[in-house]
Amino acid sequence: MACPASSVCPWIRPGVRVQVIGIRSVAKAAFEGADNVFNRAFTPAWNPLCHLGTLGWFFYWIVIVSGIYLYIFFDTGINQAYESLEYLTNVQWYAGGVMRSLHRYASDALIIVMMLHLLREFVMDRYRGSRWFTWFTGVPLLWLVFACGISGYWMVWDVLAQYIAIASTEWLDSLGIFGQSIARNFLNNDTLSGRFFTLMVFIHIAVPLFMLLVMWIHIQRQRNARVNPPVGLAVGTLGMLLALSLARPALSQAPANLDKVPSVIDFDWFYLVAYPLLDTIPGQTLWAIAGGGSLLLLLLPWLPPGQRRATASVDLDNCNGCGRCVEDCPFSAVSLQPRTDDAAFSHEAVVSDNLCTGCGICVGACPTATPFRRTSELIPGIDLPDLGIQELREKTLSAIANLSGNARVVVFGCSHGAGLEQLQGADVAVLKLPCVAMLPPSFIDFMITRGHVNGVFLTGCADGDCHYRLGIEWTGQRLAGERDPYLRKRVPRERIAESWAGITRNKRLQQELRTFQDRLRALPPFKRTPHRSTGVRAGEAAEHHA
Amino acid sequence: MPKALQYFGQFIAYALFALVVGYFATQPAYTHMDPDKALIKMSFSHAGEHLQECRRLTQEELNLLPPNMRRPMDCLRKRVALLIELELDGAILYRDELPPSGLAGDGASTAYRKFPVPAGSHHLVARLRDSRREDGFDYEQAAVVTLAPQQNFVIDFRPELGGFLFL
Repeated sequence: MACPASSVCPWIRPGVRVQVIGIRSVAKAAFEGADNVFNRAFTPAWNPLCHLGTLGWFFYWIVIVSGIYLYIFFDTGINQAYESLEYLTNVQWYAGGVMRSLHRYASDALIIVMMLHLLREFVMDRYRGSRWFTWFTGVPLLWLVFACGISGYWMVWDVLAQYIAIASTEWLDSLGIFGQSIARNFLNNDTLSGRFFTLMVFIHIAVPLFMLLVMWIHIQRQRNARVNPPVGLAVGTLGMLLALSLARPALSQAPANLDKVPSVIDFDWFYLVAYPLLDTIPGQTLWAIAGGGSLLLLLLPWLPPGQRRATASVDLDNCNGCGRCVEDCPFSAVSLQPRTDDAAFSHEAVVSDNLCTGCGICVGACPTATPFRRTSELIPGIDLPDLGIQELREKTLSAIANLSGNARVVVFGCSHGAGLEQLQGADVAVLKLPCVAMLPPSFIDFMITRGHVNGVFLTGCADGDCHYRLGIEWTGQRLAGERDPYLRKRVPRERIAESWAGITRNKRLQQELRTFQDRLRALPPFKRTPHRSTGVRAGEAAEHHA
Repeated sequence: MPKALQYFGQFIAYALFALVVGYFATQPAYTHMDPDKALIKMSFSHAGEHLQECRRLTQEELNLLPPNMRRPMDCLRKRVALLIELELDGAILYRDELPPSGLAGDGASTAYRKFPVPAGSHHLVARLRDSRREDGFDYEQAAVVTLAPQQNFVIDFRPELGGFLFL
């Protein structure tokens, strides 16, 4: 049951709602706390916790490359499988042995980053609304990754492989859908067939390829989706895996012998964590737990407490089809399509309600969303229904109306960052946006060059972890003149400050604001730009910013 | 933060990650079965008799059927459930009825059971009934077996080879 736009679900008891939100807030704070620690060592750009998805891709490619190498030397015979891996490990340790270790440890690392990625996106509330698709397509990947890892261990055909083969086939048999028991293939050494190994090799190659397809689908609804970690992080991670491979090479255990039951087994807990349960609960119960858990994960985006923002809408009279909103939308929710009216432009922006998260980044990219417009009503080409750009200008002007002093600051923050209310003061006005990148650079220009305030302070999510993926990055590039629409050169940069504090660094945020105000007080008075009418129509604005 | 301290922090983070990956990739070891025990694994797939004996249709009954469906024998598809019993050292280790598989109950009954038992010498008896008889068993195999620790002792059933096989 979906919840109404911009509201919490009324059918959840308030106590439960508070509890859910409370747990999530604690978990979010924990993640941000960890982020703060990692940011210090790695810098926000390299913070591995902000690159869990790309690290997952990186580990996947390490597994693929090392797997291709291993496959060249791997023999699929019952006895030959073990022997070929022993050759790689002991004789060709410098290449085959390292590749085998990389193959194993990258697979294990993939499990860690995948689980953290899932948990982080859940905690950060980045799976609902129009973001359901990415979450939904990620769930099958869990099964595929486990299928790849388990089938890989099987191929070694040591005692661990023997245990996995028997436990897995017994578990499959418990489904009751197979005419003959699959586990009977592993009754004893006489019943073992080499064909099963051929099947496992096929599965171990086919499943990763299918996984790549699902991974590709997984990122389809994200614009500028990143699939590679920063080079420095990739080099460090690969170096770490290499060092681990040399220090603790992956080894086979004793060769499998179906006439003997494996008793004490060295276990890969990343992939086999659920297997011991098969010794204590019926296989069908484990299927129910795994299937029910997966179903719950799949349905999570639609379960309460749901929340969905109103989506952006296009005003054709003010849209010239310049495409800036298309370029900036992090979720590919805006596209350019042939004009449907008789305006003299070839294209118009079209918003897909299914994809739009209502972040407003497109509004920040629209050249017509400029508060300087005075001769015409302030209706931009693209706008948010629940916080239009005209309403934002009115709210801003109203908020700053009573500010006093020579360090008057307007704070534009996002609703996913630190608490903004605490910043409010006699010389500080606070405006909350869905995402700080909703703020067109012309707003900053307007506030400073018109003398409405002495400075503009931008804050929001933690650096490197924007709730809407690209808001912080786009804002930085617009201010630096690297991304259209640019902040005009006439705006004194020393009167602008940014603080990406997230939700945990309230004190630091307050401190940085105070420091910024002290800096403003020390600056000479700003000479205001002569006031003149700057009303622009869509086409004029586009030319103005081009 | 000074650059050197940053690099040290990164080193610590990578080292911790490697430690977690390297350790949990093989440790702690999992004890699947007590090393002093042996495992008796019983597994077979066998179809019991049909629930009723086939009946030869009379000529009149055959004439009533379409020409392409005139099979001389009328057999009920459903089969009897197998009765299996394992006895270890004079005590019943396992006794169960194994229903036939398939929606119509016309498939083979299957069994796959594992029994960890102390290693050593045991008197083992396996019995199976696959007919419509009311009591007794159609197959029985008894043996004194000496099981080594961790031995996988398999009980299979192959009627074409005379019944139970102790492997």
